[in-house]
Amino acid sequence: MLTKRIIPCLDVKDGRVVKGINFLRLKDAGDPIECAYLYAQEGADEIVYLDITASIEKRGVMLEVVRRTAENVFIPLTVGGGIRGLKDIEDLLRYGADKVSINTAGVQNPSLVEEGVKEFGSQCIVIAIDARRTGAAERAQWEVVIYGGRKPTGLDVLEWAKQVEDLGAGEILLTSMDRDGTEQGYDLELTREVSERVSIPIIASGGAGTLEHLYQALTQGKADAVLAASIFHYGKFSIYEAKEYLKAKGIAVRE
Amino acid sequence: MERRIALIDYGLGNIRSVSKALEKAGAYVKVTADSKEIVKAEGVVLPGVGAFERGARNLLTLSLTSLLPRLIREGKAFLGICLGLQLLFERSEESREWKGLGVLKGEVRRFEPCEGLKVPHMGWNKIKVKKRKEKGMFTGVLEEEAYFYFVHSYYVIPQEEDIVLATADYGKEFVCAVAKGRLWGVQFHPEKSGKVGLEVLKNFLSLC
Repeated sequence: MLTKRIIPCLDVKDGRVVKGINFLRLKDAGDPIECAYLYAQEGADEIVYLDITASIEKRGVMLEVVRRTAENVFIPLTVGGGIRGLKDIEDLLRYGADKVSINTAGVQNPSLVEEGVKEFGSQCIVIAIDARRTGAAERAQWEVVIYGGRKPTGLDVLEWAKQVEDLGAGEILLTSMDRDGTEQGYDLELTREVSERVSIPIIASGGAGTLEHLYQALTQGKADAVLAASIFHYGKFSIYEAKEYLKAKGIAVRE
Repeated sequence: MERRIALIDYGLGNIRSVSKALEKAGAYVKVTADSKEIVKAEGVVLPGVGAFERGARNLLTLSLTSLLPRLIREGKAFLGICLGLQLLFERSEESREWKGLGVLKGEVRRFEPCEGLKVPHMGWNKIKVKKRKEKGMFTGVLEEEAYFYFVHSYYVIPQEEDIVLATADYGKEFVCAVAKGRLWGVQFHPEKSGKVGLEVLKNFLSLC
């Protein structure tokens, strides 16, 4: 039986982890490779790097991080942030990423998704969707926002999710902008609606504050995987503890 | 002893991940599409993620379509990973025009998405080894529960039942590892399956 995945996410800027990980065991909490390695040891099922490097000149730094990660970490690595074209995808994959996550560029140019799939295969094209609630509480709707949550698009999240599936995307990384950073739990309604709409895997993101939240996303939210940052980074819980918790509640996880 | 492995670069997928994992497992890796290098190697690995058609076409373009089956027939240690496994078969539902290498009898079919069954099959799944006596590649790794990382929409259906080495369950039981002589193929990604994945690669190297 396929297990549910626990995926820690690291924000990387200019080759350094932002909001450094609060673990005593790390020599250099700002080194993404060391963090990724530790997470892999703890039982993380995949690692996500989100590159928030602002300047284009420094993009090469991320490739170097990816290269070194691929030499030390033998679980799947997804890299997102700042992907504009096929060349960016190719570079990241060549340097050792297993998947790339495309957000803004996919909305602006859906053919990039299609071409990426054709060129590199569905399995490595992840579409990141940042969703913000717009509808009334009793009839929820969500809008796709781009540029790191700064620019609304008018695009309906469910429609867009269906569209990227048709374009061949391999999975969807779905972030609730309303919940992101709140530690109030994932937007379960959003997660469930998207998961039921498409037949590709959904990674729930945004809002994890407790282990119960992970459980809810995987059950009520019908997510295939959960992504979290701060609950793992600050040592509140280890990946191992998260898995033990989920296992005790009857969720199939990789031990 | 360090094994010299030819890792076939035919323009598909995560060649670097496979290369690094093989090195970690103790191989000397030559990433190549050059027939001389491939012939010289003690073992050959055909990796690959992506579309069947593109894989088959690239192998043809690189003049590997007859070389690889010949080496396999001659008993060269050979490992196909993911698409590299699927390409060993005769044909795939994914492409009508393009045939596989036909080294193994059978075909490749797509998972049908249905309630609770997402396609691609993506993530960590537990495998069940069939041939208890000659575990070969799985020596030592299956005493404990072993999960491997999968990402694929198609799966192989071998005609010869005795080549089935392991299966996994996704909606139904499907074949995720085959062995025939010195030819092995796995649907999962040992290069992305952490410690157990590296064990499998080490075992492959020891069989080279």
